[in-house]
Amino acid sequence: MKPAFDDRRPIFLQIKEQLEDQIVNGQLQEHEQIPSTTKMVQFYEVNHLTIAKGMNQLVDEGIIYKKRGVGMFVNEGAREKLRQKRKEAFADTYVRPMLQEAKKIGLSEQEVKHIIKTIEEGGET
Amino acid sequence: MMTMSVELQKVSYQIKQKDILADISLELKPGVTYGLLGRNGAGKTTLLSLIASYMKPTQGKVRIDGEDPFENERTFPHVCFMYGGDYAEESEPVSVYFDAAARYRPNFDREYAEELAKRFELPLDVPINRLSGGMQSAMEAVIGLAAQAPVTLLDEIYTGMDAPNRKKFYEAVIEDQADNPRIIVLSTHLVSEMDYLFDHVFVLHKGQMLADDPSDTFISKGVTLTGDADTVDAFISERDVLQTKTLGNTKQALVAGPLKDGDEEAAKKSGLEIGTVTMQDLFIHLTSKEGEDNA
Repeated sequence: MKPAFDDRRPIFLQIKEQLEDQIVNGQLQEHEQIPSTTKMVQFYEVNHLTIAKGMNQLVDEGIIYKKRGVGMFVNEGAREKLRQKRKEAFADTYVRPMLQEAKKIGLSEQEVKHIIKTIEEGGET
Repeated sequence: MMTMSVELQKVSYQIKQKDILADISLELKPGVTYGLLGRNGAGKTTLLSLIASYMKPTQGKVRIDGEDPFENERTFPHVCFMYGGDYAEESEPVSVYFDAAARYRPNFDREYAEELAKRFELPLDVPINRLSGGMQSAMEAVIGLAAQAPVTLLDEIYTGMDAPNRKKFYEAVIEDQADNPRIIVLSTHLVSEMDYLFDHVFVLHKGQMLADDPSDTFISKGVTLTGDADTVDAFISERDVLQTKTLGNTKQALVAGPLKDGDEEAAKKSGLEIGTVTMQDLFIHLTSKEGEDNA
């Protein structure tokens, strides 16, 4: 079984994002070891160079760090850093496309706000 | 662990003046897993036989660590070539085969062989000629990996194994290459399930080398563009189109990649979806005749 990847975006980015997700939602704690490249190759069925490309970016961004001969670990402050990054991207990633879609199908601002409120209150839309 | 390098210089192999391989030059480096892709009869086995010095090229040179490997006592034990042998006459059990491997292969790791045999559910006490074809393949895979040879050549032996054992074999290749980096060449036409193993691919077709690229470079040679037929047609009119297919008014074109930055922008702006191709798709495209390739 190959995990589903979106074929419009580079796979190394998608793997990197999945790891970021695990850090943000607390599945991976700070200073915890992340799975080895070999394990990731077997899990994702993706070449090790692709995995390395994603991991190297995370090292460069200070999200994870290498311990020589041991493996890779989640850096101190990684979670907060990622949350900050995602907050900054929230408008562009989620809100703008949503408003574009709303406009396309003729939903007013009022109606969009109503949907948000209903969902927040756990109701059916 | 010792490592070796392999080089082929303008190698050709002919039978009755017919080219089985024509003018092949390549280099193999330690720590790299190579995919040798080709359809049936493309010349894969011949190419591997030449590297393994089972025969001599008609023209050109094969060099292992700079030496001619043919009947060369120094290099021969360090090349392991498994190719789906005929075991009809082999009434010895697998364990005796392991004994032989231990004798002739300087790096043979018996403990690892037995561990792999367990993983593949390969019985050690059954005469080889009474094993199923799939189990004979599994035995070759076990010896091929446990030999720990600096030059490991495995010629489609996995195609006879069942799906669960193929999967276990792929996992073993990944672990083994990480633990003991060496040259591993896997020839296959089962591209889609093995593509992630390959760091570098060779595509052999009718004795010619059509591609010799790192995997990511190879894959970037094709890009798909999907959108409404008119938009796709307008965009591809002056491009190198490898293949197209249509569904109603939607058209998908496989064009030669990678796209230039400007092209990518233009395609996105006109509403086309840009997608990547799989190694399998490119392989099929490169090795099938025009008109046959409605994949």
